[in-house]
Amino acid sequence: MHGFANPARFLRMARWLTPALLVSGLVLTAASLVYGMFFAPAERLQGETVRILFIHVPTAWLGMGGWTAIAIASFVELVWRHPLAALAARGAAVPGAVFTALCLATGSLWGRPAWGTWWVWDGRLTSMLVLLFLYFGYIALANAVQREGGSSRIPAIFGLVGAVNIPIIHYSVIWWNSLHQPPSITTGGSAMAGPFLWGLLAATLGFGLIFGGVVLARMRALLADVQAEARLRRKALEA
Amino acid sequence: MNAGLKPKHQRLVLLIVAVVVLIGAALLAAWALRNQASYFYVPSDMAAAPPEAGQAVRLGGMVKEGSLRTQADGVTIDFVVHDGEAEIPVTFAGILPDLFVEGSGVVAEGALRPDGTFEANHLLAKHDENYVPRELEDMTPHQVRDTLAEAQ
Repeated sequence: MHGFANPARFLRMARWLTPALLVSGLVLTAASLVYGMFFAPAERLQGETVRILFIHVPTAWLGMGGWTAIAIASFVELVWRHPLAALAARGAAVPGAVFTALCLATGSLWGRPAWGTWWVWDGRLTSMLVLLFLYFGYIALANAVQREGGSSRIPAIFGLVGAVNIPIIHYSVIWWNSLHQPPSITTGGSAMAGPFLWGLLAATLGFGLIFGGVVLARMRALLADVQAEARLRRKALEA
Repeated sequence: MNAGLKPKHQRLVLLIVAVVVLIGAALLAAWALRNQASYFYVPSDMAAAPPEAGQAVRLGGMVKEGSLRTQADGVTIDFVVHDGEAEIPVTFAGILPDLFVEGSGVVAEGALRPDGTFEANHLLAKHDENYVPRELEDMTPHQVRDTLAEAQ
């Protein structure tokens, strides 16, 4: 853990890991989406519209996973003050927001044929929309702190408090009657037939690798910003 | 706090306490919301404590097999929504969602009439968590369950 907190070592590793994650993620995602589009079977009741599952579900999981990563990185930042933790949280924010927005958009497209409506204010849809707004708030706050020069602990506290929404999203369909279906995949097994399940898991891994690659790329860029600023400040002092 | 504790450990303890309090508060809030945050009433809720006639509510449950009737005008349909414990008769005039079939889930928006019939002005189809390929549709529910069990 402490070894990875060393920015120089992190940069050496991220230099080759970033393209490796992005390329393998793109290949796997493309393959699973082609499978989902052309080779997966139509569903008994929903027919062809079920294919949107292969984008909707991975983006939903990663949207929630992104905030979980922000919360963990924020915790590490607050307790151990690791120099990279704040950057990791900021790196996960933008892809997390993009995946959450994709989940909401594909869900809306799916809702029209499956339910007969683009949107309803039920527990699952509303809590997922709240997650998107939390991402916007976090990104704005973290950018403002960097620009105006405040403590990076302020966005970290926001990231930790916002994590309360993650279990609410998960349990929304279990606690409350909702239009959205309850989870198909639980620790008890899967209510999804094999052709859907394996395609979904492959797509999730693919999107996840892309997510990881984007986080590393964002962290490298943010780290370069910090170093450039430090160099400018040093130059200004010397002059 | 204990003066002998290192600042790092002090922060760790403080933050764990804060997170536990936060999760506790969220759980209490969710518990308090357990009824209000539901998107619809199920038939047994509605039978136990009927909402006032004319009050806009949503009713959700399964469409009872064999209960679907189309009236003489050709656009008004009657069916029964049940949840295994109670049944509510529903009447609706309008366009049906594609997935609306007997034996599957439905959410009806509307209001109870004084005679106890639910008059819906909008229907939403609700699908469940099962995903079964179309090739398996001729199977009985029991065979489908076995096929799904094998897939795990």
